[in-house]
Amino acid sequence: MRLDEKYLNGLLIAGLLALPLWALVMDQPFTITLVTRAVILALAAVGLNIILGIGGMVSFGHAVFFGIGGYAMGILAYHAQTYTALDLGFFTTDGTKSMPVIWLMAMVTSGIVAFFIGLLSLRTSGVYFIMITLAFGQMFFYFAISWAQYGGEDGLSIYVRNDFPGLNTLMPIQFYAICFTLLCAVLFLFARLQASPFGLALNAARQTATRVETVGLNPMRLKLLAFVLSGAVTGLAGALFADLNRFVSPTMFSWQLSGELIVLIIIGGVGRLMGPVIGACVFVALEHFLGDLTEFWHVYLGVILLCIVLFGRGGLIGLLTGKEGAHV
Amino acid sequence: MSSILIIEQILNGLQFGVMLFLMAAGLTLIFGVMGLINLAHGSLYMVGAFAAAAVAGATGSFLLALVAALAAAALAGAIVEMAVIRRLYKAPHLDQVLATFALILIFSEGTRWVFGSFPLFLDIPDALSGPVTLPGGIEYPLYRLTLIGIGLAVAVGLWALIERTRLGIQIRAGENDREMIAALGVDISKLYTLVFALGAALAGLAGALVGAIQSVQVGMGEPVLILAFVVIVIGGIGSVRGAFIGALLVGLTDTLGGVFLPELFKLFMDTGAAQKSGAALASMGIYVLMGMVLIWRPTGLFGARA
Repeated sequence: MRLDEKYLNGLLIAGLLALPLWALVMDQPFTITLVTRAVILALAAVGLNIILGIGGMVSFGHAVFFGIGGYAMGILAYHAQTYTALDLGFFTTDGTKSMPVIWLMAMVTSGIVAFFIGLLSLRTSGVYFIMITLAFGQMFFYFAISWAQYGGEDGLSIYVRNDFPGLNTLMPIQFYAICFTLLCAVLFLFARLQASPFGLALNAARQTATRVETVGLNPMRLKLLAFVLSGAVTGLAGALFADLNRFVSPTMFSWQLSGELIVLIIIGGVGRLMGPVIGACVFVALEHFLGDLTEFWHVYLGVILLCIVLFGRGGLIGLLTGKEGAHV
Repeated sequence: MSSILIIEQILNGLQFGVMLFLMAAGLTLIFGVMGLINLAHGSLYMVGAFAAAAVAGATGSFLLALVAALAAAALAGAIVEMAVIRRLYKAPHLDQVLATFALILIFSEGTRWVFGSFPLFLDIPDALSGPVTLPGGIEYPLYRLTLIGIGLAVAVGLWALIERTRLGIQIRAGENDREMIAALGVDISKLYTLVFALGAALAGLAGALVGAIQSVQVGMGEPVLILAFVVIVIGGIGSVRGAFIGALLVGLTDTLGGVFLPELFKLFMDTGAAQKSGAALASMGIYVLMGMVLIWRPTGLFGARA
């Protein structure tokens, strides 16, 4: 059976709406938490998909932005819960427990860092780009470990989930609603971006940078802008992830996480709107169910991944819709 | 700070550097000849260390353990090349990254399955334990000195292999024009398997040698792998000479930075703050080094291709 990609996307969104509501009725808060986790990972991967799917840049260090988002939340909430001032060098401020402020900080900080990392790593391409982004990831990882003020290797615990005006974020379903809404907003943005002149130019820069240059566009500038956008979205996801666990630690910067974000996209299908979403759902489901069966579920994940890379082009969406590439 | 301490730290840095070279040489050869980015190289390092620990535990002989490490890593490398890697040479880098990432998962969890989660221990052989006195009255562990010697010997051997033997000519030709050497009658797929197994054996050797001073455990390969990436990015991907220079630079920067940066900071900070910021900066030192090299030369010190 071949599905149209539009229907498939609609089905997915409907599923993401129905499953938590069903879990609410059945009183299974853990299922809601599980779906929330999938939605947040999907959000992070949608961010990566901007540069990986449209721009063809394989960033193996996107955990940097995930971690920065996490630490933005952790640091602000830590100062709020300990009633200490946050000294930023040029001015001091209080921490905050307000989600919108935290999100803004997470996105701005990861965007700025993405600008500088992009400026340096986009000078290179191909394998060099992969390795450099990986190395930047490690750099932040080790920095976080030695950052004793905010817990070092042990990380930071936040006792109460942050607030969102008008909602009780301690209820799993309400926190889920926030995450789901943000995911939908970012997906909408991604779809618009892909069809916009900027998205088309970025896509063209992936295929032939020279041709883009010839028509008077600067591929480097296009890629850098995409990199910053991508970093900001992944940073937002990081802040939400930290809020979900009420905990941040250097593992949010780990290279395994960078790898897993790429894996999510590949499972679903590179450059597809909903690729990261389906990938994240499958990944979290595998993690949960295979993790129940055996402690060594990563072996099976590895085998599945190997099969997808070697035999299945276009990921799950490619399999379901019968179209291998997203760019047809 | 005494000159003895400085020389000791330089030796430590050299020792770290030559061990990184063993890893980086394989990676850079594999990339240079086959154009493949192999994340699973760290797993081969781990395979070598586990094989050595298992054989040393069973027989008590360190020499046999080293032989086992070389053989196991080369064998694992050859099998993986024939089963998986071979299909990836023409694939985009993204596929290579993912497939080898999948191999890491399989290797790591497979090893955990077989050996359990607890670290194994590999003892330094009696003949090599204890310190020696170097000229100038410096006491230095004999084993670490041996590691430096082995690393340098491998570097010379690798240079001779590549510059002076028939296999080396084929490897260099493979880097330049693989269609041409296939047309000249060289069995290219056999050459690829051989190069991959050679790289794997070097990684396995490094794993076994370092395993004796650290613990042998699952996941030991990945931090080293990432450092080896930094090394070959600095040296220029595909260049063995670059890998050697890069490895020494990274080894020395990392070791000396960890010791001297806190000292340096103490000159203008109080001791506690200097210790903290010095350590934080030192852990990032090699990445700063890499960044500077790349600003200066985007394809590394000895790299030709973009």
